[in-house]
Amino acid sequence: MCEDGPVVTVTLEERVLARNDDLARANRELLTARGIRAINLMSSPGSGKTTLLERTVRELRQPVAVIEGDQRTPLDADRIRAAGAPVVQVNTGAGCHLDAAMTRRALDDLDPPPGSLLFVENVGNLICPSLFDLGEHARVVIVSVTEGADKPLKYPYMFAVADLVVINKTDLLPYVDFDVDACRRHIAAVNPGATVLTVSATRGSRLPDWYAWLSGGAG
Amino acid sequence: MHELAIAENIVDTVCTRAAGRPVRRVTVRIGALTAVLPDAMRLCWDLAATGTAAHGAALDLDLRPAVVFCRACRTDQRLPDMIPLCPCGSADVTVTTGRELHIVSMEVA
Ligand SMILES: [Zn+2]
Repeated sequence: MCEDGPVVTVTLEERVLARNDDLARANRELLTARGIRAINLMSSPGSGKTTLLERTVRELRQPVAVIEGDQRTPLDADRIRAAGAPVVQVNTGAGCHLDAAMTRRALDDLDPPPGSLLFVENVGNLICPSLFDLGEHARVVIVSVTEGADKPLKYPYMFAVADLVVINKTDLLPYVDFDVDACRRHIAAVNPGATVLTVSATRGSRLPDWYAWLSGGAG
Repeated sequence: MHELAIAENIVDTVCTRAAGRPVRRVTVRIGALTAVLPDAMRLCWDLAATGTAAHGAALDLDLRPAVVFCRACRTDQRLPDMIPLCPCGSADVTVTTGRELHIVSMEVA
């Protein structure tokens, strides 16, 4: 026994992310009270997420605001701003995900107008963001047909928490080896409840489905 | 490396609860369906604890497998992967263990 006295075991039984989850709940209540619907947007780099957002900002008949959680450059934020939406960029530093506290600080800066649609563009990776509730109302995962159709099986954590999966860049299907049906099966295997949409953000094809989902209050 | 953020969360919580007493050991329960890798957690632990009341504390991991209850064949089944499917072929299952991410207990001096 060491000199600083007896060792005592203290039972905690506390959720590791209790603090984050409490902050996330507060964020969600704040947003809901202002009639703002928040979407946590997750993908790997190169999924065409920014192009989809630019187009959404231009075409959706509802004010859009964006929290941009990109580690790399302000380029994506500049594109969204040029499309006409207020943007706040969050510097996650070495962090691989946004958390509820970062989201709250960004919300205070951004102050999105009541009744708007808020996109939180999470850091581009398909593992870490799945653990952290930001206070969003729905989670969207974007994959593109230039990635593997087995992506849902390789990153099941992320696909398992998605309310909606958007398969983007369908205009490239003639040029790539991507089996949409197989991808849909893999998504259904890890998350039977997820909605799946196929779109081309650059061509605009089937984007009405996306806009309908966004305004439908699903999730 | 979200395990570092997770480890920092745990260190914050136990140090607050320890109220200045040195923390000797922390037990954490991790389910197989969380995106937290045990090896990465062990790697991050010392780094997260350095300079805090949990400096040098041992980390015990209580690893829980992914188990589902199948309503079709009314059995508990351990999943070999992240796919919520019973070996009987039914997807009508409820996850019973595997989603845990809890600080179970700590030892303080
Ligand atoms: Zn069964």
